[in-house]
Amino acid sequence: MPMADISARHANLSPAGETLLRHYRGQVFNRRLYSTLIVLGVLATLGAAMAYANAANSGKFFERLPFMFDFIKNFVPRDPLEIFRAMFDLESPYFDGSAKYNYTANRIWLTDTFYIPYFLYQLMVTVNIAIVSTLIGGALGFCLCFFAATNLVGAGVVRWVARRIMEVLRAFPEIVIAGLLTAILSIGPIAAIAAVSLHTIGALGKLFFEVVENADMKPDEGLKSVGASWLERVRYAIVPQVMPNFVSYGLLRLEINVRASTIIGAVGGGGIGEVFRLSIGRDYAAQTYAIIILLLVTIIAIDQFSGWLRRRLVGDQSFNFAKASV
Amino acid sequence: MSAISVAESHRLEEKFPEVFKTSFLKRHGLLVGIAATLLYLVFCWFFFNVGPALQNGKWDRASIYIQDWYSWRAQPRLRFGEDGTVNPQWSSRGQYPEGAAIDWLVPRADGGMSVHFGPDRLEVTTAQVDVYLNGQVWPVTITDGAALAPDNAPDAIVQDRTKVLVDFGFEGQAEIRDNQVAVQRRFLGWANFLYDPRSPLWGHDLFSTIGLIFSGEQVVAGKSNAQLVLDEWLGNRAWQHGDILTKLLQTLVMAFVGTLLATLFAFPLAFFAARTITPNRAPNWLMKRFFDFIRSVDMLVWALFFTRGFGPGPIPGIAAIFFTDTGALGKVYAEALENVDDKQREGMKSVGASSASVNRYGVVPQVLPVFVSQSLYFWESNTRSATVIGAVGAGGIGLKLLEAMGTNSDWDKVAYMVLLILVVVFVFDNISTAIRSRLIGPAGH
Repeated sequence: MPMADISARHANLSPAGETLLRHYRGQVFNRRLYSTLIVLGVLATLGAAMAYANAANSGKFFERLPFMFDFIKNFVPRDPLEIFRAMFDLESPYFDGSAKYNYTANRIWLTDTFYIPYFLYQLMVTVNIAIVSTLIGGALGFCLCFFAATNLVGAGVVRWVARRIMEVLRAFPEIVIAGLLTAILSIGPIAAIAAVSLHTIGALGKLFFEVVENADMKPDEGLKSVGASWLERVRYAIVPQVMPNFVSYGLLRLEINVRASTIIGAVGGGGIGEVFRLSIGRDYAAQTYAIIILLLVTIIAIDQFSGWLRRRLVGDQSFNFAKASV
Repeated sequence: MSAISVAESHRLEEKFPEVFKTSFLKRHGLLVGIAATLLYLVFCWFFFNVGPALQNGKWDRASIYIQDWYSWRAQPRLRFGEDGTVNPQWSSRGQYPEGAAIDWLVPRADGGMSVHFGPDRLEVTTAQVDVYLNGQVWPVTITDGAALAPDNAPDAIVQDRTKVLVDFGFEGQAEIRDNQVAVQRRFLGWANFLYDPRSPLWGHDLFSTIGLIFSGEQVVAGKSNAQLVLDEWLGNRAWQHGDILTKLLQTLVMAFVGTLLATLFAFPLAFFAARTITPNRAPNWLMKRFFDFIRSVDMLVWALFFTRGFGPGPIPGIAAIFFTDTGALGKVYAEALENVDDKQREGMKSVGASSASVNRYGVVPQVLPVFVSQSLYFWESNTRSATVIGAVGAGGIGLKLLEAMGTNSDWDKVAYMVLLILVVVFVFDNISTAIRSRLIGPAGH
C-alpha cells in the first residue's frame, strides 16, 4: 500500500492548499532521493570492500567453500562419547600412544585420588583472568571517572586529561600490551590480566562518568551547604546514587571480558584460548568440540547470572550491550 | 562538616530510627564486599603465581624494549683486522648505505676508529681502546685472548670475564673483546622512516622531500619525483609502509563488512524474534535461542574455525565478526522491537494496511535510528577487536603486530602501528558519534 503517494491528483484544493501540497511532495521526494543515495553508497562500499577482502585472502571464497565443508565433514570425533572423555580426562578406547587420544596425561591432581580435568582447569584460569581484570579495571575506572564528570570537576584541564587517558586506554591494542609483557615475563596469565584490565579502565571509566553526569545533584548541594569537602560530597552524595548502575555495568563488562580473555589467551595469555588454538591447529576433533561446549556453557551461564543480578540491581531499565562493548 | 551537639544527635536518632539503625548488611555491606574482594585477589596472586613470575621477569630487557619504541640503535661491530686496521661490519639490518660518511664513527689516520657518544667517545685501535668518560681517559688493553679494563675503573666500565662492558647511558654501550668492539649507539626518533638505505632518496628529510617534489631535477630519469617519492616511501624495506597500510585496510574492511553484513541479516531475523511483531511463541523462542547460540560461541572459536576453512586473510575475520554480531545485534534489535510504541501500528491497522505495511510504516521508522546507532556501537567495538582477531590467524594488522613483536627488535615498528591504530580508531569513533548524534540527538544512547 503506497503511503505518501506523491503522484495522486487532488482536484478540489484551494491555491494555498496546492502550494502546500507541492512543497510537501518536494520534501518527500528529496528525502527519498537522499535515503536512496545513502543506501546505494553504503551498498557500493560494501561490495567494493567484499571484493577487496576476497582478493586479499589467501584462498578465494568460492574456491575455498568446498574445503570448508570438507573440513566440517571430516572434523568429527570417532564417537560422540569421545567429546565427554576429552572433557573430563577419561581414558579413551582408541588410545594408541599418540597425544591425540591421550586425554589422561594432563590431569591436574589435587590429592592422590582427586583431579581437576585439564580443560576445566584452563577454563577456570580464563574466567579468573576475566574476574580479576574486571575488578582491577573497575576499581581504577571508578577512581578515574569522577575526574571526567563535568558536574564534579567542571570542563577544565582535569576533565580533558581524564577523558584522554580513558580514550587511549580504550583504543590501545590489547595484543601489544600482552605481547610486551609476554616478552618480559614469558607466556602467562599476567600479560592477559594487564591487557584486559587496561582496556576495562577505559571502557568502564567512560560508562561510569556518563552515569555520574546524569546523577541528581540535590544531595551534592545539600552537602555543599553544610561545608562538605569535595571528597565527602563525592562519597556521600554521588557514590550511593550511582553504585547500582556501576555494579550493573561492571557485570556487563565481565561478560565481555570473559570473551576478551579467551581471545587474548590465544595470542600468549594462556588459559583455554591457548589450549583451543593448539587443539584445533593439530586436528584434535574431540578436544576441540569439548572446549567449544565448555566455553558455550560457561558464557551462557555467566550471561544468565549477570543478567539476573543486573535486573535485581537496577530493575528492568536494562543496559545496552552494544554501548558497553565499545 | 560542622559538628552538632550530643543532645541534638540523640534527638535526631530517636526521630529517624530508620536512618540510624539499619540492617547489618546495609551498614557493613561495603566493608564486607571490599574484604571479600581483597581476599579473592590474594587467592589469585597465588593461583596465577604472580610473585615468582614478576621475580623471574627480564626487567633489564624491559627498559631496552621501551626505549626502542621512540629511539633506534645503530649496531656496528668493529672488527680488528690482521693488518692493524679496524673495520666496521654491519648486519643486514644496518641503517646506513655502504660507504656512507657517519659523523659519529670516524676512521683515524692510523687505521683505528673513533666512536663518539655525545660528549664521551671511544678511540679504538687493535692494541688498545681508550674510553673517554667525563673528560677522563681509561685505557683498555687488548691482549691475546682477553680485553682488560684498567684498575680503579669507574662503575660504567665493567670487566666481564674476557670482555669489557662500557655503559654510556642512553647514548649507548660498547662491548670490547680481544678481536672486536660491538658498539650500540642510540638516537632519538625512528631511523630511516622515510627511505631505506638502498633507496636513491636516502638522506632526504620531510622538507627536502617536499622541495624535491615541487622543484628540482628528476632523481631517476624518466620518473616524476612525486611518483618516485611515493614508490620509495611505500616500498621502504625497513618500515614496509605499503604492507602495513594494506594490512590496516584489511583490518578495517573486516570490521566494516562483518558489522554491516551482521546488521543486514539481523534486521529481518529480529522481527521474528520480537514477541510483539510475531505473536507466535515457537518462532520467537527458536530465533532467540539461535541468537543466543551464535552470540555465545566465542569470537575466537569462529575465527579459528574459519581460518582453518578459508586460510588466513580477511574472510575468516569477517565471518567471525558476522556470526557473533548477528547474534548480538539480533538480540538487541529484538529488545528494541518489543519496546515500540503500539499506537502507530494500531493506526496503520485501522486503515486496513497489510502486515508488511504495518511493519514498514508503523514500526521501522520508530526503531531505525536505534538500530543504526546500535550497529554503529558494534562497528566501533569491532574496529578495535578486529586487531586481536587478526592476531589469532585472520591476518590484517594484528598478525603484523604479532610478527613484529615476535622478533623482539622491531618495537619501533610496533609503536608506529599502534599510533596508526590509535589515529584510525579516534577518527572512526568521531565519525560514528557524529552519525549517531544526528540520528538520535546529542544524548546519544
